Amino acid sequence: MTTVKTNSMTPVQAINDGLRTMLHEREEMVVLGEDVGINGGVFRATDGLQESFGEDRVFDTPLSESGIIGTSIGMAMNGMLPVAEIQFFGFVYPAYEQVMTHATRMRYRSMGAFTVPMVIRAPYGAGVRAPEIHSDSMEALFTHMPGIKVVCPSNAYDAKGLLISAIEDPDPVLFLEPLKLYRAYKDEVPEGKYEVEIGKGELLREGEDVTLIAWGAMVPVIKKAAQLAEEKGIGCDVIDLRTLSPIDKDIISESVQKTNRCVIVHEAQTTGGLGNDIISIINDTSFLYLKSPIERVTGADVHVPFWALEEHFLPTPERTMHAIQKVMDF
Amino acid sequence: MHTSIKNRSAHHQDITEQFPVKQIIDGEGNLVEDTYRNEITVENTRKFYRQMLCMRTFDQKAINLQRQGRIGTYPGFKGQEAAQVGSAMALREDDWMFPTYRDHAASITFGGSYAILSSWKGRVEGNRPPEGRNIVPPSVPIATQLPLATGAAMASKYRQSSQAVIAYFGDGATSEGDFHEGMNFASVFRAPVVFFNQNNRYAISVPVWKQMNSETIAQKALAYGMPGARVDGNDVFAVYHETLKALERARSGDGPTLIEAVTWRYGAHTTADDPTKYRDNEEENKKHILNDPLSRLEAFMKAEGYWDVQWAEDIKKEIKAEIDEAVKEMETMPEPDVNDIYDHMFDSATWPIEEQKKAYMEYLKGGSEK
Ligand SMILES: Cc1ncc(C[n+]2csc(CCOP(=O)(O)OP(=O)(O)O)c2C)c(N)n1
Repeated sequence: MTTVKTNSMTPVQAINDGLRTMLHEREEMVVLGEDVGINGGVFRATDGLQESFGEDRVFDTPLSESGIIGTSIGMAMNGMLPVAEIQFFGFVYPAYEQVMTHATRMRYRSMGAFTVPMVIRAPYGAGVRAPEIHSDSMEALFTHMPGIKVVCPSNAYDAKGLLISAIEDPDPVLFLEPLKLYRAYKDEVPEGKYEVEIGKGELLREGEDVTLIAWGAMVPVIKKAAQLAEEKGIGCDVIDLRTLSPIDKDIISESVQKTNRCVIVHEAQTTGGLGNDIISIINDTSFLYLKSPIERVTGADVHVPFWALEEHFLPTPERTMHAIQKVMDF
Repeated sequence: MHTSIKNRSAHHQDITEQFPVKQIIDGEGNLVEDTYRNEITVENTRKFYRQMLCMRTFDQKAINLQRQGRIGTYPGFKGQEAAQVGSAMALREDDWMFPTYRDHAASITFGGSYAILSSWKGRVEGNRPPEGRNIVPPSVPIATQLPLATGAAMASKYRQSSQAVIAYFGDGATSEGDFHEGMNFASVFRAPVVFFNQNNRYAISVPVWKQMNSETIAQKALAYGMPGARVDGNDVFAVYHETLKALERARSGDGPTLIEAVTWRYGAHTTADDPTKYRDNEEENKKHILNDPLSRLEAFMKAEGYWDVQWAEDIKKEIKAEIDEAVKEMETMPEPDVNDIYDHMFDSATWPIEEQKKAYMEYLKGGSEK
């Protein structure tokens, strides 16, 4: 067996490395968006790419999300592989129409004659004291959309592997990059091309009593909560969902059928949030295994507050522990 | 893929002739247009100068506060004082203002309050306008405020009020659909709104000549059948009088105007941005310092005999005290109230919010569980 060389990287460096790897691999791929060129992206996710690949392949667009996504759809239909950046996920709304009305339904409308193999990347989520709107976690707007896949890595290894899978995917993929984790820690990331399969979650830790489910920046939160639980003698299965649409229902049902209890943690608002779909999956697959109602620890049905009060919006390990105790005590 | 070039075709030349940069006082402080000579009195000149200096001092203070970790990320406006102060001074008290995140000089000049500063400390309280002033919370998403401004103006017309509306936006904003939609509605409905563009040449790292291939922003008015004007955005008198004219047109039922104030932002996009990555900051700033809104007015005042050393000293001290007071006010605000997260979502809370609030407050009280 040949050993693969790895490098220690932050998630944002891994994303850069993934883009670089695929720009080498696929000559029809382009990277476009606001400030992705000479500036290398406001978070440096595209740093140095224009220098290496030129202005034809990595380019700044005018300031127009609808324009970026609409033209990407056209490029994708006509033989290219656009990877478009939305500078912050909270600014995706002007592009929403293009995604909803065209990207997601071109294959269906044309019975496969036209397809849209494109990726939309966006920094996502709260907890970095960003100004208003920059912190929105509106993934559910997109998981509710038919015809688009949604992924959200929580570490550098998955970030690169999932991004490569997203670029290789023949359909549109929304790739959410948790802002809070961009530089939170480093992982060993293999050089060159590798894929992390879209649609598969990962079991990060095993325990007998409760299943904890989260994605993105909430994964470190449930990992910490699992530690707190262990101090009280409660064992947790910890699941990083990784793909939000389609959800890995097997990993959820296997775990819940073992632990019989579940706590779901997401930073997005409660109503219409993805936690509710996970509950439905558990209902469908594992209802008779449950020993307690499923708990959700989520943002309230309010806007992400201005950052002086942000901590009161975001789930914490302590709030998660509170919910774990509740399902144990039921 | 990239084709945008700084080309200067014959077509572009026609356009710049059609939309000349209007000036009243040039970069060296000479009066170059004397239509408004009588209004450029010592009092008026001092009023403009004082307010611009005040805003420059405020801006610098805010940047320092950010560097000391006393506020969060902050978008500076140094260089744009004349554009913001001049246009805001033209408003009538009951008019409406739709600013962006960078237009503090406009909103402070219009509203007379520094409360906005606390929004950069993550306090929603910073967005509440002073009593009786229609200053809408600054728009963070680009260009989205423009259709709103048009709507407010349509309402003003419908209600036969003589309130006019001013909306601020940058050069980058002209690429967004909302810019075009707001302009078109305003034109079709003859809404009393002034679209006030500050062309500071950059949208973060993207220079205006890569943002668009039209030579001016003012010319975009043509497509919508409204007047467009290009002014020297560093000439406070030109900005003031052009805005006043547009507001008067609006009030008299003649509909919207697009004003392009050609200006320059010396500093970074925000305190989180590094302009050396995409522009030769020092070199370019040196070029623009010749046109600085404050120094040109100072030169003019000196030439006119309007400058008084004692006065200049006095206002500096007054300004410092005023801004220190504003900072003190921000820093001695009571702790943020957790209830504010829940209490401003609807007129009366819906059941999910009520339940969620109750559960969270109980959790907070739980103390030991926390
Ligand atoms: C819809 C939207 N997309 C992207 C952003 C991120 N962003 C913030 S400011 C900015 C540049 C704005 O440039 P311009 O309109 O020229 O105004 P300036 O900041 O120069 O005053 C960008 C891209 C945003 N705020 N809103």
